[in-house]
Amino acid sequence: MKVLRDLLFPSLAVLCAFLAGAVIVALVGDSPIETYRLLLGSAFSWPDGIGYTLFFATPLIFTGLAVAVALRGGLLNIGAEGQLYVAAFATAWIGITFANLPAVVLVPLCCVAAIVAGAVWGAIPGVLKARFGSHEVINTIMLNFVAVALVGYLTQYHYRIPGDPIMETAPVGSGAHIPRLGAFIPGLPARIPLNIAFLLALLSSWLVYVLLWKTKWGYEIRATGQNPAAAEYGGVSVRREVVLTMAISGALAGMVGINEVLGYRYRYYDGFSDNYGFTGIAVALLGRNHPFGVVVAALLFAVLQRGGVPVDAFTQLVSKDIVLILQALVILFVAAEAAFRRGGRRRGAEG
Amino acid sequence: MRSILTLSLVFSTIRLATPLVWAAIGGLYSERSGVINIALEGLMLAGAFTAAAVTFYTHSPWAGVGAAMLAAAFFALLLAVVCIRFKANEVVAGTGINILFLGLPAVLSGALFLSSGSTPQIPQDELLPTLSQVVRIGPQWRVLTDVSIVSFLALLVVGLTSYVLHWTPFGLRLRSVGENPEAADAAGIRVNRIRYAGVVLSGVLAGVGGAYLSIGQSSLFTRNMTAGRGFIALAALIFGKWRPVQTMLACVLFGFADALTIQMQGVVKLPSGEDVPVQFIQMIPYVVTIVVLAGFIGQSRAPGALGVPYDKES
Repeated sequence: MKVLRDLLFPSLAVLCAFLAGAVIVALVGDSPIETYRLLLGSAFSWPDGIGYTLFFATPLIFTGLAVAVALRGGLLNIGAEGQLYVAAFATAWIGITFANLPAVVLVPLCCVAAIVAGAVWGAIPGVLKARFGSHEVINTIMLNFVAVALVGYLTQYHYRIPGDPIMETAPVGSGAHIPRLGAFIPGLPARIPLNIAFLLALLSSWLVYVLLWKTKWGYEIRATGQNPAAAEYGGVSVRREVVLTMAISGALAGMVGINEVLGYRYRYYDGFSDNYGFTGIAVALLGRNHPFGVVVAALLFAVLQRGGVPVDAFTQLVSKDIVLILQALVILFVAAEAAFRRGGRRRGAEG
Repeated sequence: MRSILTLSLVFSTIRLATPLVWAAIGGLYSERSGVINIALEGLMLAGAFTAAAVTFYTHSPWAGVGAAMLAAAFFALLLAVVCIRFKANEVVAGTGINILFLGLPAVLSGALFLSSGSTPQIPQDELLPTLSQVVRIGPQWRVLTDVSIVSFLALLVVGLTSYVLHWTPFGLRLRSVGENPEAADAAGIRVNRIRYAGVVLSGVLAGVGGAYLSIGQSSLFTRNMTAGRGFIALAALIFGKWRPVQTMLACVLFGFADALTIQMQGVVKLPSGEDVPVQFIQMIPYVVTIVVLAGFIGQSRAPGALGVPYDKES
């Protein structure tokens, strides 16, 4: 019964968002059916549709997990965007600085850099909350802007190839490249940037599940999230939990850097994130803060993102920005879940 | 340093602080009533787009501002319904509104103007006027007359807000539902009704701030043209301790930092002969906010019931 309800509310929210989106498309003067056919249909062709969809899903799984873990611990991490920027830069920084190391050393080193940088940037608002009681929402928002400025400065003044008009760093050493899945899957061309980080994302989802529900740590995180006062009474140091949860959340967001730098562009490219951190909020909510739900929700948003391309190309008036509108509508409908619940309760009473 | 502290820096500060003041004072109404408003960014974008589009069709900037107020108020109402009626998480719902306005203006401008996210240019004489275009005063007052009407109105709004907050029944109710909704309810105040008013007012004012961006400071709407100003306004609100005059001063400070960044570009050099990296000045509002929130520069205390939905039954 609980599983059914867990599936019912997100589905209803998505359905409502799509209906509202259809109204907007119709008002703009295009055909909703044709638009949705393009949006949802293009993701399933082989190899480009599926390859790119899974590639787009990778960062969203990471940020979705980041937001979900924080929410389980009672914290709202609006800072995944900043965390992933700092982490991606750190990844590239290690990849550039130790460019001559062999892959067996350099790849793990870069991955550690991504995770540690994300964890540190995530832990800052955790420490601020634990030590000074300042709200993590405001601090994570502010740190997003600080991160963008800081990384922009480092790229522009220290790590750009002189004369390069693009805001990007020098390339990382070839030892820092991780294989694309095309190397293992026949028929999947190497130009599609789907890489091992996708498998890492799936693994992370499983690890988050184990962490939250099978370990003492995870139990303490969830206990803190449910009722901090009771957790404290039960012997959990809530302050420590706050810092730890934010660090884990930041680390997960930071792993976006592995996909972006080691698996895709092989350098840090300023402003690469297509709102991954904020979409992560939608992903986590839609996935009901469950690591497996997050994967499903990330896939849905990736399908939309992939579908935005043909929408741009083949419709008269609607642009791919309809995807952003759908995302926003999903967030609003999921957040307003009580609207559905009320109806659900009434129906329950009648039956 | 002397060379950059000129009159143009003062003007630049006023221009850049104006949209922040409107949005931050808007945020004040919402947050003093107890509803977190991180949607200021999106509401400003709603205002900016609507103002530019309506001015383009009607050739009247004031019609544009009016429409901007209505449009932003409408979406603030949507936020209020989701947060108050359906008890959604206010931060999450606000994020939803922000993302909505990354997409909605782009889709609409594509349909209306066949562009990818911006409105057509609006002629100079159809933009929001400066003082000199409205009143005739001597050239010795040039300093004042170059300032936009909207900047003066912002000053007025700050004064009015200060008055409303402390000297009117509405202000008292607004503050009481934000501090202690249970007590307010016991005193017969309709808590949620006041909160609706607070959030919708925040939309109205943030809408004006956005309108000033598109048809005052520049002459068209461009994609994501607020570029984080809604969040700086939020930062100013916190720095200003949720009080009107202090909040305005914080906006002026942040506007000044922004103006300084622009003026310093290519003018001021570090001792090593390099440009001062603009990124460090851009960080100022955000770092200041973090420091203030941590209580290093005086305690900034949020309204008591900020972010707590009010449920009569519980």
